[in-house]
Amino acid sequence: MAHETYETHEYDIIVIGAGGSGLRAAVEASQVPGLKVAVITKSLLGKAHTVMAEGGVAASFGNLDAPDGWETHFYDTMRSGHFINNYRMAEIFAKEAPDRVLELESWGAVFDRTQEGRIMQRPFGAHSFRRLCHIGDHTGLELIRTMQYKAIHSGIDVFQEVTMTKLLVHNGRVAGAFGYFREDGRFVLFRARAVVLATGGWGKIFKVTSNSWESTGDGAALAFRAGANLMDMEMVQFHPTGMVWPPGVRGILVTEGVRGEGGLLYNSEGERFMQKYDPERMELSSRDVVARSIFKEAQAGRGTPHGGAWLDISHKGPEYVKAKLPGMYEQFLTLADLDITKERFEVAPTCHYTMGGLRVDPETCATNLPGLFAAGEVACGLHGANRLGGNSLSDLLVFGRRAGMGASEYVNGGDGFAPIDDSELQQEMDRVLEPFHREDGVNPYHVHERLQEIMTNHAGIMRSGPVLEEGLNKLLELKEEARNMGINGSRIYNPGWHAVFDVENMILLCEGIIRSALERKESRGAHWRTDFPDELPEWQKINFVESYDEGKIRIRTEPVNEMPENLAKLFTYGKAPGLAKQAGGKES
Amino acid sequence: MSDEFTLKVWRGDKSGGQEVEYHVPAETGMVVLDALHHIQHNQAPDLAVRWNCKAAHCGSCGAEVNGQPKLLCKTRMDDYAGETVSVRPMQTFPVIKDLVTDVSWNYQVAKEIPLLEPTSPAPFKMQQIDADRVQEFHRCIECFLCQDTCHVLRNHEGQQKYFGPRFMAKIAEFEMHPMDGEDRIPLLAHQAGLNMCNVTKCCTEVCPQHIRITDNAIIPLKERVADRYYDPIKILLRRLGGKKGEPGKANTPVAN
Repeated sequence: MAHETYETHEYDIIVIGAGGSGLRAAVEASQVPGLKVAVITKSLLGKAHTVMAEGGVAASFGNLDAPDGWETHFYDTMRSGHFINNYRMAEIFAKEAPDRVLELESWGAVFDRTQEGRIMQRPFGAHSFRRLCHIGDHTGLELIRTMQYKAIHSGIDVFQEVTMTKLLVHNGRVAGAFGYFREDGRFVLFRARAVVLATGGWGKIFKVTSNSWESTGDGAALAFRAGANLMDMEMVQFHPTGMVWPPGVRGILVTEGVRGEGGLLYNSEGERFMQKYDPERMELSSRDVVARSIFKEAQAGRGTPHGGAWLDISHKGPEYVKAKLPGMYEQFLTLADLDITKERFEVAPTCHYTMGGLRVDPETCATNLPGLFAAGEVACGLHGANRLGGNSLSDLLVFGRRAGMGASEYVNGGDGFAPIDDSELQQEMDRVLEPFHREDGVNPYHVHERLQEIMTNHAGIMRSGPVLEEGLNKLLELKEEARNMGINGSRIYNPGWHAVFDVENMILLCEGIIRSALERKESRGAHWRTDFPDELPEWQKINFVESYDEGKIRIRTEPVNEMPENLAKLFTYGKAPGLAKQAGGKES
Repeated sequence: MSDEFTLKVWRGDKSGGQEVEYHVPAETGMVVLDALHHIQHNQAPDLAVRWNCKAAHCGSCGAEVNGQPKLLCKTRMDDYAGETVSVRPMQTFPVIKDLVTDVSWNYQVAKEIPLLEPTSPAPFKMQQIDADRVQEFHRCIECFLCQDTCHVLRNHEGQQKYFGPRFMAKIAEFEMHPMDGEDRIPLLAHQAGLNMCNVTKCCTEVCPQHIRITDNAIIPLKERVADRYYDPIKILLRRLGGKKGEPGKANTPVAN
């Protein structure tokens, strides 16, 4: 093979991923005088998956419901996470979310307003109060665009359309990252004293998914191979309402805001079936419950023509629907020839979010690998077994900022650049170019499709021991086959080539998911085992933590940290703290 | 509906290229991006096309379908029933490969626009009616189809003279923000080249987010520039007052 070359860039901190958390981390780090910061993204700036968030950003301002406060937001987050969350992350999160939202406002985000001219907040599933600050149904777009413009005015260098293939480690410390520019396939080394991973989740492991092309878990896989620990990998969220028909749009998100604004769910018999599953919260129950209920109704033969449920918002009138849900109105009109202001429409669960990810320190977002930090969907701990709608966007801001601070402090207190081993890079370049030389290579797109099929059939919304086992065997076979992925064409912007690495990353994480799902022998939050249908108290005390060792995934349990008394007390009122306060502190 | 669609997709790079014909099986509700994915997954794995969300939220997949600037994820194949569908890259930007173009110029321009300068710290008190005016511009997904179609940029290579419609909407977003204290009128009058626009509304027509770029951003901004620089009474007053240099922001109405 010809001798390959690479270009080198040096930064104090590189942030991989340019969604909400990556940009927030970079902005924070850039405010430390003297630090050189870069953001590296595999897409164009401003296109990251954050843009897909619709309903809102959760922060307990109490602009409409005065009794709301951080305690109740904390309570709702822990309760929906079924108590395997890291309580300290949830506490930091609930306390800091409002300040992060106000920061966005001062940087140019324009939220919908209340009568009094304050930030409007809408109700959402399993939030005790109206809590989601929003701009129509495109809140994620508002967040990313605001952060994007803030970032490009903060002296941060941005490298767009770069595939990172390896995280470099020297003597147990992060040394940088290696990859190539998609534009022409030239290799690039980023030397860094600290790396922040903000690469999002891996929702593309399922065929029916609300996730964009990017969600292939690159950061989690790179870090895992480099020695970082993953946690709660079994926890994958299915959003209750994805589009169903026509086939090309299957899985595209229908915001929870539709139910937040008054949308009602019906089965094929015209029954509001949520009555049976959660009579108190009905359509605004937590996502795990609503997704499972729709799935069960369809299984029982009460589904819609294409196997979902009916969602109806037409009773709110065209003017209201168009004002509050303009994106949804447009999406159905263009893609499904359907006017949601007049007609009900079909929805079914769609893969939406990965609660599992890199295990991090709540204060600094540091992973177990010195110099490596993680924030946003790639990190784990805040959401436990089920994420609340609207908590993702505030997660990005709160922990993006903390990761930026954590990395800056680490760099200021630490050593210089770790050395780079050139022979390791030569090997990596050979490996990355190998798919071009496999003339009878397997098509990476087809491997991806088969991976999605395995995950859907064996590790989806409904799981059981034997089915998971069978899935694991199929996955391990596919993993072998995938070693032979090959492509043709040149190195200039070649999506087939890029797909090879996406697929490798997803296969690794899928194995982590199935192994973890086999271990958790109970049902909790998003993890539903038909052979262990109950939530069992002893399993509430543990998280499953995975490490990667000589090509093998090792799995161990770690105790869930116990809450201190002042926080534990919040769960003793028999209702949310804010509601208890409202009732004059009386217990019910 | 016939059983298959015929597409002619431009394949090539900066050294040149040509349209290549492909056939894909038809499926109900299929969009152009679905057809391209089918080609990519089964016939041409190296076919380059940008896309992220496939739900018209991210603005990555702008291209020209039968000559019209469109989002590939939002353009239905059955809109062209019986026709061969031609898909080409955006013409205004240099091609990288196939349907992927170099849009980096836009990111350079974005850096030139001063951010919001709040006149008081958040939380802001702001009525919905004031928010409405700027929220329209916040719907922009930066697909750059407006930039692609703007004839100043497309036919006259005016990149040195005009920021283009996308960035007029971006400037309007800040200029019309009720809490903003920054002055972008000199920028509009000079470097941003607002006067280059001759209001043909092509940008508005192609905007997939239905933002009324010309009516609600460009024309009001033009009025502000005219007020500042060409109002004869103000010119006279300035002369009498003996003021020199750039007219100040205080002379302009905050809202109109």
